[in-house]
Amino acid sequence: MTRTEITLSVNGCQHTLALDPRVTLLDALREVIGLTGAKKGCDRGECGTCTVLVDGRRVYACLTLAVMHDGATVTTVEGLADGTDLHPLQQAFISRDALQCGFCTPGQILSAIGLLAEGRATSEQEIREFMSGNLCRCGAYPNIVAAIRDVAGAQ
Amino acid sequence: MAPLEYLRPSDEGAAIALAEADGRACLLAGGTDVVGLLKDGVLAPSRLVDINALPIAGVEIRDGGLSIGALTRLSDVADHPAVRGRFPALAHAVLAAASPQLRNMATVGGSLLQRTRCGYFRDPVTPCNKRAPGTGCSAIDGEHRLHAILGGSDRCIAVHPSDPAVALLALDAVVRTRGSRKERAIPVDDLYLLPGSTPERETLLEHGELIVAVELPATSFAARSCYLKVRERASFEFALVSAAVALDVRGGVIRTARVALGGVAPRPWRARAAEAVLRGSRMTEATIAAAASAAVRDARPREQNAFKVELVRRVLTRVLATAGAGG
Repeated sequence: MTRTEITLSVNGCQHTLALDPRVTLLDALREVIGLTGAKKGCDRGECGTCTVLVDGRRVYACLTLAVMHDGATVTTVEGLADGTDLHPLQQAFISRDALQCGFCTPGQILSAIGLLAEGRATSEQEIREFMSGNLCRCGAYPNIVAAIRDVAGAQ
Repeated sequence: MAPLEYLRPSDEGAAIALAEADGRACLLAGGTDVVGLLKDGVLAPSRLVDINALPIAGVEIRDGGLSIGALTRLSDVADHPAVRGRFPALAHAVLAAASPQLRNMATVGGSLLQRTRCGYFRDPVTPCNKRAPGTGCSAIDGEHRLHAILGGSDRCIAVHPSDPAVALLALDAVVRTRGSRKERAIPVDDLYLLPGSTPERETLLEHGELIVAVELPATSFAARSCYLKVRERASFEFALVSAAVALDVRGGVIRTARVALGGVAPRPWRARAAEAVLRGSRMTEATIAAAASAAVRDARPREQNAFKVELVRRVLTRVLATAGAGG
């Protein structure tokens, strides 16, 4: 199988990868680069736990091929904290107890960062609608919304 | 997923040539549908031609209308001030589609060419005339609660899943395409084929023919347009029934009407009988009821999806009242 060489900037680190074109961005992050923060839930674009930022926009890493992103900048949950200083959304999720099992949390936080950048967090109703691409099987939604409102209000 | 060749040309001519040269090639844009179909083994192309490097993204105001590059992401379509202000049905439909992450990935051209969500089409081992012509339709005698009540055939009753396509149909949008020998301008209304005896053929497009833009003409009815989608949860779900309507009302009389339905037919469905009822009428409760009934007069529901007939009437009643009140 012919491999395709790409470069990705992930959380500020440059990676040059020679990949089978069938490898998804999610598998490249988890299995090749070794960053397992983005989770594999449904692996079919329905649950949102694989959400990462590509060039600043939230996407599902499971539903896109890594070779489609040559030269892109990718942010995963591992790239959010500044040393021991958590990202405001990470801190808000802890303060608001916005998780139970935590499996969906990396995707929720990356999606919420995308949401705030889009300017779509002006009301509880709007947050719920524009976080609809991230499911929480534990049902922590009220506290997830509260955490996002805290950070949106502080901005 | 079978091994495949991946190519990323940077100009349209090369992309078309690479796709045309291989009868098993597949064009790849946002990938939100194609990657899923590859994973499920429904598509098994020998070659993927990734068109994302082509310079065909962005919204331009042209001749009073809009030209939307085929690679424009759905989120950028919905956010464009001219789309929101002058073609509200399209903005509503785009925001009703999928989830924010998918809208950041999916393109307007790809949205028109989405494949059906019929579970039998998406399961590579069951009979399906669309996926494997001649094997039979599993839905007709199987699970068909979500299937077509209009436009189906005895070979296929799958529905087209796109929300944006329904709004584009109501707004008289035109698809600009390019092949190696010709360029075409195809009204969205002419783009789709009914399944008949060949459900595997879904559009007029030829193998390798590329959608380069979707054009929205300036019309008298686009500004007063809206889209309503009914689904089984509040968000992030395909339509049970959806409707896009666009009206030109002057002096209380409807001069022109467009009514398009989603979730009920193998293609975005133009309800011409409803349009005929509306044209020349005043927007009264009686007019709305007559138009809503006309839209489903030819419906052929099956055992599990008869509810869609009444649902179409109710969706149209609500969306016509909204548009009639000013959009």
